[in-house]
Amino acid sequence: MRLEAKELASLIETLRRDGYEVVGPTVRDGAIVYDAIEGLEDLPRGWTDEHAPGRYRLLRRPDNALFGYVVGPQSWKRFLLPPRVRLFSVRRNGDQPEIIADASAEPPPKYAFLGARACELAALAVQDRVLLGGPYADPIYRNRRQDVFVIAVQCTQAAPTCFCSSMGTGPKLSGGYDIALTEVVEGAESWFVAHAGTEAGAARLAALGAPEASPQDVARAEEAARRAESMITRRLNTAGLRERLAENFEHPQWDDVARRCLACANCTLVCPTCFCVTVEDTSDVTGSHAERWRLWDSCFTQSFSYIHGGPVRASIKARYRQWLTHKLSSWHDQFGTSGCVGCGRCITWCPAAIEITTEAEAVCGFPPSSLRSEQA
Amino acid sequence: MLPQASRVIAVERETRDTFTFTVAAPGGGSGFAPGQFSMLSVFGVGEAPISISGDPGEPDRLVYTVRSVGPVTQALVTRRPGEWIGVRGPFGASWPLAALRGKDILIVAGGIGLAPLRPAVYYVLRRRGDYGRLVLLYGARSPQDMLYRKQLSAWSYLPDTQILTTVDYGGLSWRGHVGVVTTLFRYARFDAQRTAALVCGPEVMMRFVLRELETRGMALSDVYVSMERNMKCAVGFCGHCQLGPHFVCKDGPVFPAARVKRLMERYEL
Ligand SMILES: Cc1cc2nc3c(=O)[nH]c(=O)nc-3n(C[C@H](O)[C@H](O)[C@H](O)COP(=O)(O)OP(=O)(O)OC[C@H]3O[C@@H](n4cnc5c(N)ncnc54)[C@H](O)[C@@H]3O)c2cc1C
Ligand code: SF4
Ligand code: SF4
Ligand code: FES
Repeated sequence: MRLEAKELASLIETLRRDGYEVVGPTVRDGAIVYDAIEGLEDLPRGWTDEHAPGRYRLLRRPDNALFGYVVGPQSWKRFLLPPRVRLFSVRRNGDQPEIIADASAEPPPKYAFLGARACELAALAVQDRVLLGGPYADPIYRNRRQDVFVIAVQCTQAAPTCFCSSMGTGPKLSGGYDIALTEVVEGAESWFVAHAGTEAGAARLAALGAPEASPQDVARAEEAARRAESMITRRLNTAGLRERLAENFEHPQWDDVARRCLACANCTLVCPTCFCVTVEDTSDVTGSHAERWRLWDSCFTQSFSYIHGGPVRASIKARYRQWLTHKLSSWHDQFGTSGCVGCGRCITWCPAAIEITTEAEAVCGFPPSSLRSEQA
Repeated sequence: MLPQASRVIAVERETRDTFTFTVAAPGGGSGFAPGQFSMLSVFGVGEAPISISGDPGEPDRLVYTVRSVGPVTQALVTRRPGEWIGVRGPFGASWPLAALRGKDILIVAGGIGLAPLRPAVYYVLRRRGDYGRLVLLYGARSPQDMLYRKQLSAWSYLPDTQILTTVDYGGLSWRGHVGVVTTLFRYARFDAQRTAALVCGPEVMMRFVLRELETRGMALSDVYVSMERNMKCAVGFCGHCQLGPHFVCKDGPVFPAARVKRLMERYEL
């Protein structure tokens, strides 16, 4: 199906009318972030993003593309695994405390995600495994996740930080969405080739009454998607990576990266798969009301591994090593998948410009594949 | 998973900083296996993983032995009978006692590490005919830091049972052993070929014990250890308890020693 901007606008409108909170990209404080949007006017029309290790900025595009950027600092996890959420409250009921689950207090919003990229859908699938795939399911994540309507947008450009093709997650969309859009820029304006991934998606598309995409339209969209693929320069050699990382626990590269890493935790906060959380109890002065909150946490803090006597991972070396080996090695043991989808966020938002790809290959003794491909 | 409010029934002082308290098991109790733990809350203060130290044959009550080392454990040890705490669990893998029938059981504990092993002792004593000798080696910092002293002494009179204790610092009136727990091995009588060892204590102590057991001819496959890591959720969601590929909360805390020995030797893993 071929959609013009006005049909995309009505897709957003009908979703909102049906009770969805539509979340999509919008420009705020010099970055493209995900937030509730009301219509096309909230999208980053005419903006693009420039990425490099430790560097991000927005630039004007020569056209009015709506999705002409790569990825922002946030991922969808902030909606499904909120940075701060109350788990329960405790009320004194006479002498016995009464524990009231927060999940039952207010139902979560019904989300429609507009603009999810292939790597981000892969990250959702990873978090689904972690938080829903075991003997226990996280009720907060489940409640927020189960009704999400996903409108994915095919990448038509890539950043030098992207390495989704090495991780097998992109750039081509391959499922995990209700509707997939590919934006085709023509002159200053753009139109979309849309197809459905689910029946719900098909029903919504049909309701728009838009014309079928012509073979030429489809060819234009495929060409745009191929452009993203051809722009990817970063590679991660994953052959034997998992095993080598587990073996090379002592390697001088860990000391080397530890001298550069500030343990600022940025990489874990921007990562779409990092799921670590902590809890915090609060109480009012009278002690008659207490609450427990769950907050994002990071393996880069010392308190993360604290047990009586001191933190298990006292050094930055140990903490960086935990993070990288978890992402690329022990995640496989735990969840049967890589914990990294190759979105490149941890590279862009590292103030020390540390690149997970370079560090991992150095620890494994692999020749640096990104450098090689850039020289080629 | 939400905590359930549970009433404290009894509190008993063990040492200057350690108390054993009994709470009514929420909902009458679903039972627990020796080596499992609960997440205990003092609402408004926080939550901590605490091993169940009571008798698995009495599932209607949950017994915990808590050493006060920080805010949560301090708040726990100051609860009084009639007061409420929050309980989640039981969680985690247990000592595989059913699979060890017919063997001698060697228990090696250091400090508060005796707490998760006491249910194993109760379990074996209730099924005495199913097991060979029961040998318990226990090390504490000082005589005043020893847990369950009366009970240890009573058990030492049971047939086919050997209870050996040692302290780091004895003081003038102490006439028992002085030295780390591994020094007790030379007095312990067990047949390495038909023994299973259950070990819990500080990680350094466990590393030395594993080495000692191997020197004594025991196969690592007959040895089990209980690990401690920071824990916030106990169900595999918070990430805090990772030990290489393992989540100590759900894959442990009890592990076959062969699975974690190499990991235990990795500094700051
Ligand atoms: C499986 C298991 C069984 C345990 N069994 C017992 C037992 O039977 N008796 C006993 O006395 N102790 C036991 N512990 C240790 C006990 O959980 C810690 O002493 C306790 O969490 C300390 O919390 P705190 O706030 O009192 O003290 P602090 O050490 O001051 O805590 C400071 C911060 O570190 C955190 N912290 C410290 N250690 C841990 C930990 N292990 N897990 C999570 N957070 C931690 C606290 O939550 C707090 O935020 C066990 C630990 C584990 C993992
Ligand atoms: S580790 Fe880095 S590249 Fe991989 S998913 Fe996380 S943020 Fe993206
Ligand atoms: S790797 Fe970079 S982003 Fe991550 S903690 Fe270290 S300095 Fe911060
Ligand atoms: S305690 Fe949270 S993952 Fe194990």
